[in-house]
Amino acid sequence: MPAHSPDARSDTRPEAIRIGDLHKSFGSLEVLKGVSLTAREGDVVAIIGGSGSGKSTMLRCINFLETPSAGVIEIGGERVAMRPDGSPADRKQIERLRRSLGMVFQSFNLWSHRTVLENLIEVPVHVLGLPRAQAVAQAEALLARVGLSAKADTYPAYMSGGQQQRAAIARALCMSPRAMLFDEPTSALDPELVGEVLAVIRDLAAEGRTMILVTHEMKFAREVASHVIYLHNGRIEEEGPPEALFGAPQSDRLKQFLKSVG
Amino acid sequence: MSGLVAATATLELLQLEPPGWGAPLLQGLMASVLIALGAYGLGLLLGLIGAFAKLQGGPVARDLAAVYTTVVRAVPELVLILILFYAGTDAVNQLLLSFGYERIQISGVAAGIGVLGVVQGAYATEVLRGAIQAVPAGQIEAARAMGMPPGLIARRVTLPLMLPNALPGLGNLWLNATKDTALLAVVGFAELTQTTRQAAGATKAYFTFFMAAGALYLAISLLSGWGFALLERRARRGQPELRS
Repeated sequence: MPAHSPDARSDTRPEAIRIGDLHKSFGSLEVLKGVSLTAREGDVVAIIGGSGSGKSTMLRCINFLETPSAGVIEIGGERVAMRPDGSPADRKQIERLRRSLGMVFQSFNLWSHRTVLENLIEVPVHVLGLPRAQAVAQAEALLARVGLSAKADTYPAYMSGGQQQRAAIARALCMSPRAMLFDEPTSALDPELVGEVLAVIRDLAAEGRTMILVTHEMKFAREVASHVIYLHNGRIEEEGPPEALFGAPQSDRLKQFLKSVG
Repeated sequence: MSGLVAATATLELLQLEPPGWGAPLLQGLMASVLIALGAYGLGLLLGLIGAFAKLQGGPVARDLAAVYTTVVRAVPELVLILILFYAGTDAVNQLLLSFGYERIQISGVAAGIGVLGVVQGAYATEVLRGAIQAVPAGQIEAARAMGMPPGLIARRVTLPLMLPNALPGLGNLWLNATKDTALLAVVGFAELTQTTRQAAGATKAYFTFFMAAGALYLAISLLSGWGFALLERRARRGQPELRS
């Protein structure tokens, strides 16, 4: 799919997310050593790599859940204002940009004191200022979409991991985000529940949603991604369209990694 | 046994109409409850400020909170009450005089609430800090990731999530508050214990009056236990019950 490749020079689709030469250190440990990424609208970028390669950190820097040490982050062409040490200079800007990025976590992180429906309308009503009836209607439509209409009034603790993750995806979609960020969305799930969550993500990819996906599901990455990044020790070791990366890996490290994850 | 006989013989002393002491006793009870409520409210407010200062404050706020909880919890409450009541009233008046205002008489209720509230606040700081730290970090992170501002996160996510962890400790604090009002008797404030002492001294029916006071304190305690159980059930919504 050359038209979907972020590398294509002729591509005129607007940029959704751009990361430029991003560095991140925890104390003396440098986790990201200058990584870059451009996701245009409709792109599905998969970030793969071993444990400790920095892939989750890279994703979490996009919405400033981690504060980068240096580099550039642009969301929809808008550059995030950073102080020289990388910390965000404008809290309001960060909050506004975060609302345009739907984040899905490995451990779901639904609010346990609210029902599924209350989880979904929380930000639309209390942050975006949507009328409650409208937020509820939107939430119900999204719940139907992820197959959880019957669970609207259930508390998260009474649902399976797969159901919780689908609800979490619906909650992120309630903000009508410009892009979705998935941080290992199926890693905490029992094997038999992985499929239902991947089906929802696949469905989102099919409707042309921009997303960045950190994952251990290589088959899935190969299937839905338009671009794959292999991260090793905080650097991009290899990147390209999935057929190339998975079909004909160049670097020894990637070959080894793909062999080790089967 | 003779005490019991004497007690039944003096039960009419509890009647509301004089020469019964019922009305002053109930007034003392009201004063105690009022001070306990005020002190508890002030304590919760100070506790919230203290807890957030310790968890999210800068170095100065953190140090101030640490000094506050350390000192107030180290000194016996009775001593603190004497210090804050006399020295506190004095300090307020010194301050007023230095700004050219008149010396004022601080009401017993206001002083009692202030003194006990400061004590309550130190303990509440630690109860709330522990409860906030037990909130799953991921749920707060989810709120941040969705662009919620810090105040809204505290109000809509952190506080409701920490409440089930905090309520047992806060329930203890409330019971302490109701009983600590008795310490105000030493500064001559007419709360339940002080009134009881007066009634007992005047009538010599010690057993009757202290039993009556004990029963009133017990009633407060039972009512409170029931109220906190309700609150806790409400706060724990969405959490499956643990059974062992």
